[in-house]
Amino acid sequence: MSAGQGKKVIVSMIGLDGHTTGGEIVARILRDAGIEVVYLGCNQTPEMIVRAAIQEDVDLIGISSHASNYGQIVSLVELLKRNGAEDVPVVCGGNVPKHQARLLIEKGVAAVFPPGSGADSIIRFVLGNARGATAGLCVNGEGIA
Amino acid sequence: MTNGARDENVTLEALCRGDVRTCARLLTRIERGEEAVIPLLQALYRAGGNGRVIGVTGPPGAGKSSLISCLIGAWRRRGLRVAVLAIDPSSPFTGGAVLGDRLRMVEHGCDDGVFIRSMASRGQLGGLARAAGDALTVLEAMPWDVILVETVGVGQNETDIMRHAAVVVLLQTPLGGDEVQAVKAGIIEIGDVYVVNKSDHPAADRTCRQLREMIARGSRLRPDRDWQPPVIKTQAHLGVGVAELVDAIDGCFAHQNADPEAARRYMSDRARHRIGEILRDRLDRRLRSGDEGWLEGSIEPVVSREKDPYTVVAEMLSRL
Repeated sequence: MSAGQGKKVIVSMIGLDGHTTGGEIVARILRDAGIEVVYLGCNQTPEMIVRAAIQEDVDLIGISSHASNYGQIVSLVELLKRNGAEDVPVVCGGNVPKHQARLLIEKGVAAVFPPGSGADSIIRFVLGNARGATAGLCVNGEGIA
Repeated sequence: MTNGARDENVTLEALCRGDVRTCARLLTRIERGEEAVIPLLQALYRAGGNGRVIGVTGPPGAGKSSLISCLIGAWRRRGLRVAVLAIDPSSPFTGGAVLGDRLRMVEHGCDDGVFIRSMASRGQLGGLARAAGDALTVLEAMPWDVILVETVGVGQNETDIMRHAAVVVLLQTPLGGDEVQAVKAGIIEIGDVYVVNKSDHPAADRTCRQLREMIARGSRLRPDRDWQPPVIKTQAHLGVGVAELVDAIDGCFAHQNADPEAARRYMSDRARHRIGEILRDRLDRRLRSGDEGWLEGSIEPVVSREKDPYTVVAEMLSRL
C-alpha cells in the first residue's frame, strides 16, 4: 500500500495560464505516490477551483503557475477562507520569482516549488501537509529558498 | 435521543435540503469504508428514490465526459438540477489515480444547480467504484432531478452500470471495429440508447448501420422488452446531436413509465443486485477483520498443494 492512499488533491492551472505540461507531470508524480488527483486543466477561475475543492472534498490544492497570475492564486486562498475551507492548503509550482514566492507565502500559500524541485520533495510536502495529515510532518515553505 | 442519532438527523435534513458540503463529506466517508455511516445510509435509502439515474458508458476517449457536459447544459436550460458521479480507474500498482472527467465539464463549474464528484474505481472491476452504490443512495435522497453516472472507460465486459441506472447510454466511436465486434456479447448488449460520437468521421454511418443490425437481431433475445434502442450520431465538442439524445433518453423513460410491469421488473432486479452487492461487501469485511494472520497461515499449505482453496473457504465460512 502506498503512502498516499486515501489522499485526494486538485491539480489545476488558474485563469488564462495554458501551460499544462508541468501540471500534468506533477499529477502523474502524485498518482504514482498513491494519491488520487482531480486534474482540472486550464481555464479555471478561483471560484471554480473552490467549488471543485468542496464538491470533491480534497485535502490539498496544487496550482501550476507559468503566467505571472499571482493575484488569482491569492484570490483562491482568500476565497477558500471565505467559504470555510481554509483547512485545504494551497501549494504552487512553476517559474515564480523568489520575491513573488515570498509574497505568496505571506498571503497564505503553503509552499512554492520552483523549477528543479524534486519529485520526492513535492510528494513529501503534499503528504505532510494535506488536510488530515499527521502533525509533525509539516515542513512549511519547503522549496522556496 | 443519543448524540449519534441527533447528528444523523442533522445530516439527513441537510442532504434532503440539497447541502453540497454535507454530501461531499459523506461521500468521502463512504469511500473510506467507514461502517459508522451505515445507519445514515439506511435512512437515506428509505427516504430516497428521487431523480432519474442515467448511466453513460463506452471505451476510453470516446467522449463520455464531453457528452455529459452537453447533457448537463441541456437539462439546466430546462431548469433541472443535475448531479454527476464520474468514475476513473485507480492504479493497480500504487492505488493512485488521475481523475480527469471534471475538466471536460468546466463550463458548469460555477453553477449551483450542478454537483460533480469524481471517484476512483479503487480496484473494482465492473466499470464502477465499490462506493458507487452507496453514493447513489445519497444522491437519490437529495433534490437532484437527474443523476448521471459516468463509468470508467470500459472494454467489453463491464456491465455493472445496467444494475444501477434506469437508462444506459452506450457510446461508440466510428473506429470501434468491424461487424464482428458488434455481434460479440457483453457491454455492447446493454445500451438503452446508442451513441456514435465523433460522427464527422467517414466511417460513422457504417458504425451506425452495424449497431442497428445488432439491435434488430438482439430484440428477439429480449421479448420482454419492446423498447427499440435508437442509434444517435453526435459530435460532443460541437453539441451536434445532443437535442436528439436528450429526446431519446426522455423517450426511454416515458416508455418505461408506460409499462408499470417492466418498471417493477427493473426495480426488483436493481434491488436484488444491490442486496447481493452489500452482502458480498459485508462478507468480505467480516472475513478480513482481524483475521489477516489466520488467512496468512492458510496460504502456504495451498501453495504447496497440501490443502486446497475450497477447504480454506469452507473453514472461513464456518467461522462466520
